Amino acid sequence: MDARAFCSASRVVVVAGKGGVGKTTVTAALAVMAARAGLSVLVVEVEGKSGLASAFGKPELGYHEIELHPGITARFLTPDEALVEYLEDHGLSRISRRLARTGALEVVATAVPGMKDILLLGKVKQLEQDGTADLVIIDAPAAGHAVSFLLSPQGLLDAVHAGPIRKQAAEVVEMLHDPARCRVLLVTVPEETPVNELVETAYAIEDRAGVSLGPVLVNGCYPETDLPTSPAEIQELAAAADVFVSDREADDLAAAAAFRSRRGAIQAAQIERLADRLPLPQIRLPFVFAAGLRTADVELLADALEAGVGTLTPVPG
Amino acid sequence: MTADAPVEALEQIVRSGHVVICAGSGGVGKTTTAAVLAVEGARRGRNALVVTIDPAKRLANALGLDTLSDTPHEIDRALWGAASAPRAPSDGGPGRLSALMLDTESTFDHLVTRYAETPEQAQRILENRFYRNVAGALSGTQEYMAMEKLHELHEEGAYDLIVVDTPPTRHALDFLDAPNRITRLLDNRIFRLLMMPTRAYMKAVSAGVQRFLRIVARVVGSEVIDDVVAFLRAFEGMEDGFRERAAVVLALLSDPHTRFVLVTSPRRDAIDEAHYFAERLTETDRGVAAVVVNRVHPPFGVEQPEGLRARAETLDALSASGPAGRRRAAARLAAAYRNLADLRSIARAERDHLEGVRERIGGAPVAFVPYLDRDVHDFDSLAEVGRVLFSG
Repeated sequence: MDARAFCSASRVVVVAGKGGVGKTTVTAALAVMAARAGLSVLVVEVEGKSGLASAFGKPELGYHEIELHPGITARFLTPDEALVEYLEDHGLSRISRRLARTGALEVVATAVPGMKDILLLGKVKQLEQDGTADLVIIDAPAAGHAVSFLLSPQGLLDAVHAGPIRKQAAEVVEMLHDPARCRVLLVTVPEETPVNELVETAYAIEDRAGVSLGPVLVNGCYPETDLPTSPAEIQELAAAADVFVSDREADDLAAAAAFRSRRGAIQAAQIERLADRLPLPQIRLPFVFAAGLRTADVELLADALEAGVGTLTPVPG
Repeated sequence: MTADAPVEALEQIVRSGHVVICAGSGGVGKTTTAAVLAVEGARRGRNALVVTIDPAKRLANALGLDTLSDTPHEIDRALWGAASAPRAPSDGGPGRLSALMLDTESTFDHLVTRYAETPEQAQRILENRFYRNVAGALSGTQEYMAMEKLHELHEEGAYDLIVVDTPPTRHALDFLDAPNRITRLLDNRIFRLLMMPTRAYMKAVSAGVQRFLRIVARVVGSEVIDDVVAFLRAFEGMEDGFRERAAVVLALLSDPHTRFVLVTSPRRDAIDEAHYFAERLTETDRGVAAVVVNRVHPPFGVEQPEGLRARAETLDALSASGPAGRRRAAARLAAAYRNLADLRSIARAERDHLEGVRERIGGAPVAFVPYLDRDVHDFDSLAEVGRVLFSG
């Protein structure tokens, strides 16, 4: 499958995963891949500061779109602002200011479970239908919350029986249930706890929220290597290659290789376990040897993502 | 109050701390760190309790927390007091270790039952739909109930060391705000108006407010407003109790025996979050007792990655020609150099991010836990982390 086809499969893509697995990293890489394929991309952040803007060397996101990278814009969404906008669009601008000022949204949002999520998803649906961008990527709330985030429109339909909010919820549910409009990409790292949580989240999203899942993105994978893991072996190689390696350096090389092999073995086992427990295609993204994301790293990850997408078989139809 | 070296600081925390709050962003090992501190406290003779919010399944199983329960459960000493931690001194006699997994809704229910004037009032509230939403979904309820439970455990005085894992929010400091948020909700003007007894309510509520409520009802449906009003009527007389309670819980956070341990990973975003949290603590006159940095890559020597990469390239050149055996050896050696360069780069980047962390977060001692070969989800691995933290 080529990158353009992959990125055009649905206009909305929700990127979800447990905290610390690199959701924002994957969001950034996906945006870059789509932009390279000639699509216009809008990234929407819904929860707190995420480091997305800083990965592109830009200041914090605001409620208005800013350009992060050629072809990629990004913005932040908050329930309060989405509510004000919603009410203004429905000819209720006076009440909207009042709601915001009195903090009544907190009361209303408490009265209606999932109200805030509906406001956010309603806004996303509006962006989708306006054709603001070819691809709208949502950097979703952390894993457990992602499920309730996607479930809340359905829950709201059960709780509220009339009114525009119900209509809004019904339209959002329609979007979420249509694989040609919205998909979820789950992100994990090849470690035990994140893999367990990913499997649970995957089943909850598909079975309970009824949203389709794209391939699983396994982030932070060490490329497979066969390295010499003892100082003696290093010295043998040095002798065979006819170069000098100091004992201290041989120790460092061996220790680093042993570390890498151990982690590689753990990862391989977890990747296999994930494949056993979840019948979804996997795309592996390499471990980035840096402790914070930079634009160059995002480009590298976009390359890897593109390569991974290339191995997927297109779904007929 | 804080000791300089991380080992001493952590010793002091588990030996003399009463309430220890582990805070940090998601996925940095907060629950594990909380469990380690409680285990180490118990090993030092204290009657320790770890309160977790959302532990990973296997760690929960290890702690005997298979089901949500509102009451702490004691863990058999044979499981945690074993010889796996030979260094752990136990000068105060044998300690005890218990664990508790917070159940937000039932904690809130107990609170309602406890403060209601009559069982009927409690019943009316517990059955109200709006209340169920408040108990289950109000942002900050989980955080607030964690503090509530903490306060209850503190008052009961059954444990001398209570280590609390904070909820997995992206914003680590949401829980500091939680008691305030409840108070704000109760203080909301609309709320105050709705709280008035029926007749006074009709008089005081201006035409403007009535119009406002009608519009709100039009947007979200009138049954929502009905639920809220019914809830508020049922809640009447209890809100002052809640308000006072929130104030007491807030005060516990400022108690000198309450210690904050920041947990982070060496990644930039997590460190930034820890820094932000530390600033907020300092603003409110609370200090950070220690910082635990989990999953730190080992340094693997002192060489610069650039030099190592250059070495790998020289070996690449060697591997391009000459006898087959020599070519193979040079290629394999080049791969080893590249790997060392990669790991040195990450170690250096982590070191750069951690540089100045201590100064940035108010001078608290910083302890490091290296990347371990396995997931921490049993007492052996908790002991392994404990050894790292408590023997430097």
